[in-house]
Amino acid sequence: MAYPAHGLMRRARLHCPPFEGTKSVPTGAAGSTPGALQERRPMAETAPLSWFDIAIAALKRNEVKLITYVPDRVLTPLIAGLAADPYFEVIGTTREEEAVGIVAGAWMGGLRGAVLMQTSGFATLPNVIASLLVPYQIPAVLIVSERGTLGEFNIGQALVCRTMRPVLDSLATEHHTVTRLDEFDFILDRSIKQAVMTQSPATLILSPLLTGGKVL
Amino acid sequence: MTQTITIGNLPVQVMNRFDLSQRLVKLLRNDEAVVAGIGNTNFDLWAAGRRPQNFYMLGSMGLAFPIALGVAIAQPKRHVIGLEGDGSLLMQLGVLATIAAHKAQNLTMIVWDNQSYQITGSQPTATAGVTDIVDVARGCGIKQSLWARSPEDFEAQVTKAIAGGEKTLIACKTDNQPPQGQTHRDPVLIRENFMQGLGVRSAKTFTAG
Repeated sequence: MAYPAHGLMRRARLHCPPFEGTKSVPTGAAGSTPGALQERRPMAETAPLSWFDIAIAALKRNEVKLITYVPDRVLTPLIAGLAADPYFEVIGTTREEEAVGIVAGAWMGGLRGAVLMQTSGFATLPNVIASLLVPYQIPAVLIVSERGTLGEFNIGQALVCRTMRPVLDSLATEHHTVTRLDEFDFILDRSIKQAVMTQSPATLILSPLLTGGKVL
Repeated sequence: MTQTITIGNLPVQVMNRFDLSQRLVKLLRNDEAVVAGIGNTNFDLWAAGRRPQNFYMLGSMGLAFPIALGVAIAQPKRHVIGLEGDGSLLMQLGVLATIAAHKAQNLTMIVWDNQSYQITGSQPTATAGVTDIVDVARGCGIKQSLWARSPEDFEAQVTKAIAGGEKTLIACKTDNQPPQGQTHRDPVLIRENFMQGLGVRSAKTFTAG
């Protein structure tokens, strides 16, 4: 295990919620119960969850049932975990815009969704964020595996990575970069709730510090 | 005088998008959702008669069918119709493969093929040359893909598709007449109206009490 994230997984004093959650999220668009996070039990130190198990639990707790994606090596265990869980409907798409369109339609029909992609895929999305998600106030959750930094071997990925945060900032949409396992549940859980309550897209960028990233 | 184009061995009439939009709306009797792509496609749907189950796109070219698929997944008991122009669909052809692979059958895709980017100055699309949208859809795996041969045939095919239990793509050769209206450009109102039409939001939020 050569990467910081894996070391963190073994060592960290984790205060993540348990896998199934102790507090269910109420139904309806309003989303969160104040104080729900404080009521969760701390995890046992001996049984740390992986980043993808944390993601699956947080998505489920927030009733995000529809997952669309364009594949990414780093996201493989998350995609596999979601596909193996009958709670979720998981759809592979040919292009990230299409994945966002499906989730947008589903949300208008009453079903919450999230889109999984890598950095270069995000770079295809400014038009659909600016002309669909933001003006129509549609709370899609975008989960991006970050390529292009912390050991990137492909210069194309390294350059396109530089465009991601300026695009998100210029569209004034909420985004967070997740680097620590012990913060992931809080950031994902709260970002989904905020997206739903404020009817705005939210983007979570999963740093190689969290996932281990991809190296040659 | 009606113009006819022969596609393979099949003669098809060149029809009018507004006329067909009106015929479509008249066939909707069960609150079917309609997702209309950008530009003249949704302008003519708007002009054909407003209904709460219509969604009008103001951007995101090519996403009418992905959005329609999302609605169809969220509401499997409702029939959903996507309306898209040939230029828009050519931008997002991959969605035909995604829809073909998906189990949802409560989806009808209608393509207005005027062989041009009409709204930007009528530059020719690939369908003005050798590309055949119905062949593309069949190749992607959408078995029920066909040309409407006349307005009456369009009505018959739409009726069958809505009742039929199998996802269907209906392509129509259309003329270059301008649209008969302009959609009211307020995306939040469009989205809220649509969600009320789908029963996701209450129309009485601001009146009940």
